[in-house]
Amino acid sequence: MFAYVIRRLGATLVVMTVVAFVVFLLLYLTPGDPAAILAGDAATGDDIKRIREKLGLDEPFLVRFAGWLWALLHGDLGTSIFTNLPVTRLIEQRIEPTLSLTLLTLTIALVVAIPLGILAAAKAGTWIDRAVMAFSVVGFSVPVFVIAYALILVFSIELDWLPVQGYRSFSEGFWEWLRHLILPSTALGTVYIALIARITRASMLDVLAQDYIRTAQAKGLDTGSILVGHALKNAAVPIMTIVGIGIALLIGGAIVTETVFAIPGIGRLTVDAILRRDYPIIQGVVLLFSGAYVLINLAVDLSYMFFDPRIRY
Amino acid sequence: MADIAIAAPRSVSPTWRRFKDAFRRHPTAIVGGIVLLVMIAIAIFAPWLGTIDPQAVSPIRRLRQPSADYWFGTDMLGRDVYSRVVFGARVSLSIGIAVAILSIAVGLAIGLVTGFVRWADAIVMRVMDGLMSIPPVLLAIALMALTKASIENVVAAIALAEVPRVVRLVRSLVLTLREEPYVEAAVAAGTSLPRILVRHILPNTMAPLLVQGTYVCASAMITEAILSFIGAGTPPNIPSWGNIMAEARSLFQIAGYLILFPGLCLSLTVLAVNMLGDGMRDALDPRLARRM
Repeated sequence: MFAYVIRRLGATLVVMTVVAFVVFLLLYLTPGDPAAILAGDAATGDDIKRIREKLGLDEPFLVRFAGWLWALLHGDLGTSIFTNLPVTRLIEQRIEPTLSLTLLTLTIALVVAIPLGILAAAKAGTWIDRAVMAFSVVGFSVPVFVIAYALILVFSIELDWLPVQGYRSFSEGFWEWLRHLILPSTALGTVYIALIARITRASMLDVLAQDYIRTAQAKGLDTGSILVGHALKNAAVPIMTIVGIGIALLIGGAIVTETVFAIPGIGRLTVDAILRRDYPIIQGVVLLFSGAYVLINLAVDLSYMFFDPRIRY
Repeated sequence: MADIAIAAPRSVSPTWRRFKDAFRRHPTAIVGGIVLLVMIAIAIFAPWLGTIDPQAVSPIRRLRQPSADYWFGTDMLGRDVYSRVVFGARVSLSIGIAVAILSIAVGLAIGLVTGFVRWADAIVMRVMDGLMSIPPVLLAIALMALTKASIENVVAAIALAEVPRVVRLVRSLVLTLREEPYVEAAVAAGTSLPRILVRHILPNTMAPLLVQGTYVCASAMITEAILSFIGAGTPPNIPSWGNIMAEARSLFQIAGYLILFPGLCLSLTVLAVNMLGDGMRDALDPRLARRM
């Protein structure tokens, strides 16, 4: 088991290095000369040359990559062109809304999707099953901002129950925080719920066909404890895999959701950076989200050992 | 005589019967296919569908609600939203289909090679793992930030983000197929590698790739809309569904229809493509059909 963990960590390290390389390549291929941008309009050719030498921009590609990677490992993501602030600081300032949004969405998605999937599997072939599956296909097809605007239209503008836009920090009170996040999380969560419900149903149907389920039924256990105690635990591995992979959808969707609901998070930071062509911020965000995605999936992989003791590798 | 007339079977053409049969077995796929065909027809025949120039501004007719004259209303520049949405079908569908074809072609080429050439496999798959670790929308955003906004660049950026998943699929298919007796027989008979790939492996990857292609197409249309919506996609002067909705962002509270109509069209088209994909997958793999 220890060997497996080590091997898995090694593979993660390789993947992270490839990601870092790809992101550096993007930075390297960025149009425009950073030295010329920094030097300003009044600079002479000599000034630009000096700055280029000072920043090491005239070094060979691999030397620059090594230097950039070294800085990255020390938590240096570079400096924003527009605000001249370190990218790490900008990300730090914006991380709370994004974390709040994604964690709440994840919670809502799991709480809704897994029971929905179990229900569909338990009632396989009935109208309940078909309704869940129909919702799943539709939920997968409607873009997050269309759902978001529909929710705002109904719950904020028509019914006036929830705020249209904005974000309140957790420190301003739990209720205010939650009120501002209900619609964004629901919009962002729909596609994720569709995905998880579908795989939960499929995985549960597989397990429910096993002999030990019939045994459990034969010895008179009630349906609830069979579904949750016996079936769900054994169906957990594929579900966890999809939860991990689906994080990618969540990250992409969060950028859009923050734009629609004017949430001042990392997504907003990214969109502003795109409009201003502030490349270091875009690279930093890609690195941050990809790193998080890789680590979450590492955690998911390692969690298999908990759900399925047979997995020892 | 009357009895005989009633009992006589109505003549049904074989094509129609086959269609009804397919419909009974995969109703969702057929419905999806029909909706998709209608959308493609709308895209092709856009100029003949009662549209006016989607770019024509008309300052005195700004932000009109949907009416008999302006079916989907007008936007903040007085442009006819119906015309823009109809022409938008061209952009969104072409991008979806182009991304599907491009990423399948590239992914197929890479996947075939990695499945057969062992030393290439290790390197290429690590690179693919790395690319897959960057959420697709984010990778497309980063690529679009590098280049100028154009339809070609949008297609390339989204396709690049989709390629690793296609490579994975092709590679796994090839690894299974190369163990098949007929491939071993071909190898034993001294058939050259390119010939084996083209004659024996390639035809067997087509069905799963067709299914994968529809999913790529669906997700590409959504990604295009997302990119355009946040200002990193199709150039703003081209009326894609994403762009129409992006322009309506600040006007949403007074002119919700600006988002409603393109949003509905996009959702409906993506839904149709997904249903078609699900249906084809079920038809190709009946074992899976009962579960998913």
